[in-house]
Formats: sequence, C-alpha cells, structure tokens
Amino acid sequence: MLEFFLSFLILTGAIFTFIGSLGLVRLKDMYTRLHGPTKATTLGVGSLLIASAIYFSAQGPSISLHEFLITIFLLITAPVSAHLLAKTALHLNLTSLAEKPEKDAIDQGGPDEVDTAEETEKADTTDTAVKPEAAEALQAPDQTKS
Amino acid sequence: MTRLLPHPVLTPVLAVIWLLLNNSIEPGQILLGLALSWAIPVLTIRFWPEAVSIQKPFALVRYTIILFYDIIMANFTVARLILGNPDKLKPSFVKLPLDLTSDLAISLLANSITLTPGTLSAQLSDDHSYLLVHALNETDPETLVANIKQRYEKPLKEIFESC
Repeated sequence: MLEFFLSFLILTGAIFTFIGSLGLVRLKDMYTRLHGPTKATTLGVGSLLIASAIYFSAQGPSISLHEFLITIFLLITAPVSAHLLAKTALHLNLTSLAEKPEKDAIDQGGPDEVDTAEETEKADTTDTAVKPEAAEALQAPDQTKS
Repeated sequence: MTRLLPHPVLTPVLAVIWLLLNNSIEPGQILLGLALSWAIPVLTIRFWPEAVSIQKPFALVRYTIILFYDIIMANFTVARLILGNPDKLKPSFVKLPLDLTSDLAISLLANSITLTPGTLSAQLSDDHSYLLVHALNETDPETLVANIKQRYEKPLKEIFESC
C-alpha cells in the first residue's frame, strides 16, 4: 500500500518536473520561459521530497526530516532567482511577447537606446551619490544603541 | 535586552533549523543549537538592523495554508498552459501598486507572487511603490491586481504592520 502511494508521488513529481522543463522548450520568450521552471518544479520537486521523507522514515531507524528543510530552502530561493533573471531580462531589454512597461514607470528600466559608455557613466554617478547615504545608514544603528 | 537578543523570532527558527539539519533531538544538539542560534543573530546584527515582529502568528499560519493551496493549483494551471498551444498565450506586464512598507513583507509578497498562478514578480520600483508583475496568460489585469491585493497583500499587512 505504502509503495503504491510512494510510486504515485514519485510519478507525479517526475511528470511535473518534466512539464516544467518542457516549458523551457515550448514557450517563446525569456519571461514566459521563467514561468515553467519556477512553478511546475515546486510541486514536482515537492512531491519527490515528500516521497523521500516517507520512504526513509519508514525504512530507517528514525524519522527523516531533511527533506522539509530542502523544501523550505527551495521555496525561498526559487522565486528569488526567478526575480533576478526577470530583472536582468528587463534591464537588458530582451524581446518580449508582452507589451513592455514604459521606461519611467519603473525607475531602473532597461537602457533603451543608451550606448554603453553613457550607461557606465550614469552608474558611476549613482554610485557616488549613494555612498554618503549608505555611510549614514550604517552609522545610524550605532547611535540608537548608545 | 535588545542587544543580547536582537531577533526574538530568528533565534527559535535557527534552533529548529539546526535540529532539522542534524535530524536529532539529543540534549547536546539542542544546547549547541540554542547557543548557535543565540550567537548568530548577535554577530550579524549589522546585517539585519530591523527586528522582525510578527503581530498575528495565526494569520501567518492561515496565510501559509492559503499559499500552499494556491501553489498546488498554480502547478496545474501552468502545466495546462505549457501543454496547450503556446501561440494562444497572452503574456503581459502588470503594475501592482504596493501598500506594504516593510522590506520583509514586500519580499514575502514578491515571493508569493512568483510561486502562484502564472505570475512572476519582475521588478520593484526604486521608491518601493510599485511591483512589476509578469503574467503568463492574463486578459484582465485589474482583476489580477485586485486578487493579489485581497489574497496576499492584506493578510501580509495584518501580519507584519499592525494598524
């Protein structure tokens, strides 16, 4: 009985992981491709891990809970990496099926027709502009403590 | 008090993670875990200047259950969209105005959005007033925004910002 349940979980996991990877091939642009791996894999890897936890708890001397940690870390990190990839894609102004938002709506929007030299200059000025504030922010907690 | 125990929430969480990592509840491991989970927040206090305060723990549990349910549903929705005809998809960018102010709440909201049905948080505006959301197949952006605000942002506001 347990084996049926476990094989069901493992099969579900395998199918969803496969669909997630299939999304990378079938979908047409960078942004939609991100949807496949970030979502279809959460349930896929999730059910594989649940199956692993149940199997090793039933087999081994003690309950195996490592898998829950893996699940938690996966749920925390997968969206962050997807967010960074999407942010980078926006910044590089990659082609998108969806209508891209106007540049001033989001402050750090992609460099439209700015050539690279200008862009690095901009980055330099923002860096120096930020520095004094950052220094103040670092000092602030110390002052409140004393 | 605040110096010796800067993050009252972080300490028990770290202790539980330590015990899970070691997969044991021997007294030695519990003591070591408690010592580490006390020392790490004290040593990393400059990295986390604001203490996390959870106003309503039960709302957090309820939020987690809703989120897990949505994640499972999201998997089926996205799987169906991927297996269907990709040319019929209507991806779009949606601007989500934020009411949340705390950084932790915003990052939790962004994570939730990425984990749930066909949406992906792409960018946070510099002044933290907008979150740019990419939807895989969205014909009605206003409903999507209303849905996210009602389902995720409201409970998060209750949990982390009491007012």
